[in-house]
Amino acid sequence: MAYHAGMSMFRPSQASNGARPLAKVAAGVGISLLTAVVGLPLLPLLDLVNVAMLFLLAVVLVAIRLGRAPAAAASLVAFCALVLAAHPADAPGFGLGEFRYAVALAVMLAVGWITARLTASLREQAAGAVGREARTRALYEFARALQPALLTDQVFDITLRFAERTFDARGAVLLPDAAGRLALPAPGAGMPVLSVLDMAAAQWAYDHASAAGAGTGTLPGNQYVYLPLVAPMRTRGVLALRLPEQSLPAAPEQRGLLDAFAALAAIALERVHYVEVAQETEVKMEGERLRNSLLAALSHDLRTPLTGLVGLSESLTLSRPQLEGSQMELAAALRDEARRMSTLVANLLDMARIQSDGVKLNLQWQLIEELVGSALRACRWQLGARRIETRMPADLPLVRFDATLLERVLCNLLENAGKYTPPAARIALAADADRDAGMLRLRVLDDGPGLPPGREDALFEKFVRGRQESPIAGVGLGLAICRAIVEAHGGRMRAFNLEAGGACFEVALPLGQPPAMPAADIAESQET
Amino acid sequence: MNIETSPIALIVEDEPQIRRFVRMALEGEGWQVHQSETLKRGLIDAGTRTPDLIVLDLGLPDGDGVELIREVRTWSPVPIIVLSARIDESDKITALDAGADDYLTKPFGIGELLARVRAALRRQHKAGGEPSARIVFGKVEVDLQMRRVARAGEPVHLTPTEYKLLSVLLANLGRVVTAPQLLREVWGPSNADNGHYVRIYMGHLRQKLEDDPTQPRHLLTETAVGYRLQP
Repeated sequence: MAYHAGMSMFRPSQASNGARPLAKVAAGVGISLLTAVVGLPLLPLLDLVNVAMLFLLAVVLVAIRLGRAPAAAASLVAFCALVLAAHPADAPGFGLGEFRYAVALAVMLAVGWITARLTASLREQAAGAVGREARTRALYEFARALQPALLTDQVFDITLRFAERTFDARGAVLLPDAAGRLALPAPGAGMPVLSVLDMAAAQWAYDHASAAGAGTGTLPGNQYVYLPLVAPMRTRGVLALRLPEQSLPAAPEQRGLLDAFAALAAIALERVHYVEVAQETEVKMEGERLRNSLLAALSHDLRTPLTGLVGLSESLTLSRPQLEGSQMELAAALRDEARRMSTLVANLLDMARIQSDGVKLNLQWQLIEELVGSALRACRWQLGARRIETRMPADLPLVRFDATLLERVLCNLLENAGKYTPPAARIALAADADRDAGMLRLRVLDDGPGLPPGREDALFEKFVRGRQESPIAGVGLGLAICRAIVEAHGGRMRAFNLEAGGACFEVALPLGQPPAMPAADIAESQET
Repeated sequence: MNIETSPIALIVEDEPQIRRFVRMALEGEGWQVHQSETLKRGLIDAGTRTPDLIVLDLGLPDGDGVELIREVRTWSPVPIIVLSARIDESDKITALDAGADDYLTKPFGIGELLARVRAALRRQHKAGGEPSARIVFGKVEVDLQMRRVARAGEPVHLTPTEYKLLSVLLANLGRVVTAPQLLREVWGPSNADNGHYVRIYMGHLRQKLEDDPTQPRHLLTETAVGYRLQP
């Protein structure tokens, strides 16, 4: 694969070009001698200056190919050859005039030196560029491999695979739990074993969001290097890598590469995290939509036949000529049961609605008095001939609640009072504001037989009834829905027996800061 | 309404059993009843039968009953009573604001239905005649010309806002007036979010006009929908 070509580039090279300097010098000398052998016989044809140029060319080539020292050696040989060529050995004296050849020597040395240096620096730059290119390519390959990952496990897998390819390192990705403690990865094939000390170092790296372990400033004695996976939003975990000896992250570029590698993994982890969050939200929204449409459908499908039942049974009782005694009783019983059934269905639907997450309450500032009035009107028929008394001060503050749901609470409590008390019982509705506790208390009291002692709280559980074998119809959902509604308003519900006898159900709703009336209206109401 | 022959009612409802008992109840009261199962059919019948009453289900298979109310209201003031099985009170408010006269939540009793029908027809009659200058409900007597209110013979002092609220309810005697409508008519269109104004002033009216404000007999609350002044 492509990245294999580049991978060795990050490791310090062991084979150097200057392993055999003597051989190179000899090669330089050889090339100079060869030039002499070829060039000197041409001397009669060419001028001495031109032959010197041939030597210069040879020195330049030696400098490019072999470096500084061979170029210097080649220059010296060329100088000697030139002097010998100009003055055959048998010629007497080696006069001062021959010193002019020294200029040629100096030029050749300088040209050789400069050429060799330029060549060397070019070669270094080229090697650096190849290394950078390989690093960039490795990071690019890594980023591209991470691109399609949609699961955390995929990111782990890709990260570890590339760590092995790029750094020849084995390692593990450590993720924090909800409390920010890194968890030991599950031991698996190829998973390195991390000790408690290793985990402590990893935790340090996570907490401080900086690298620790081998080759870093912190705990350099550890055999792993711990790279925090720092993403834009927060640190996502720690990448623990066991690097081979020679590639410890001491070199700045090696360190930079490791950091970039960790950053890529971190961003991928964060992206995957948000993908999961988005999917979760979508599933939740879809669920909400489904529940709402289900409730609407249920509501329609249950209420429609019930409406028919209630209406048809009532038609029976009203039919002319009037039904006979027992037939009339049957028809009336049918009508009452159908009505009871519809209350039950209303309770069930409200229960389903209130218990679904994110239920939307239609909260408005309401008058308690109004709530009591409409609840009494709505379930008057269930109370029969019982006397109803209301006790509430005229200056009760406004309270914020969903009027439809609270009406259901009061209706259920009144209906219970109607079901469990004798027909001549008295029922009272009392309200008062306890400003110290910040609560408004609303009580439904009766002088009936009271609640079974010790089971007052259990009554609010779903499908629990005061007396298991009761002749009175019901499934024990009424009080459970009451409590669910009251608690959705941030309130409390309790039940207790009165000292004077009878039961008391208390609804406590939080008092808020009621909104102001317009100034003109305040003046108006003071005038009355 | 026809005086000579029996009055005509139109039931627009897709559920046969509900149609059946509503028809029986109305026929028992001397109505001649026509039935439509769909919104489309209902619109045609409302035009051709010239009914004196429409009983309309909001959830029809081929559309929302509110469309029929809007359509019919463009040419006729015929009383429309809406049947709603929906949990959402805003549907009822929409229907009432579109021009429906009253509503019943399923399941409803025949007694309730007939009471609403009679009240709607009474209003219809009154609307035809001279507007009455004096209205009596329970112990309360309102002189609209003199703007005077008395309870059991004793004069009652109402603030201008209270009187305005009462007069809107009186103008719709027996009919549900939605809370948004009361807000609009008494406090003006900029107070749509101040629903508690209405509740507080209704409380004042009950304190001044009802025997027991916690068990009102005339100034009734239609929870989460509006108010009704019951004569």
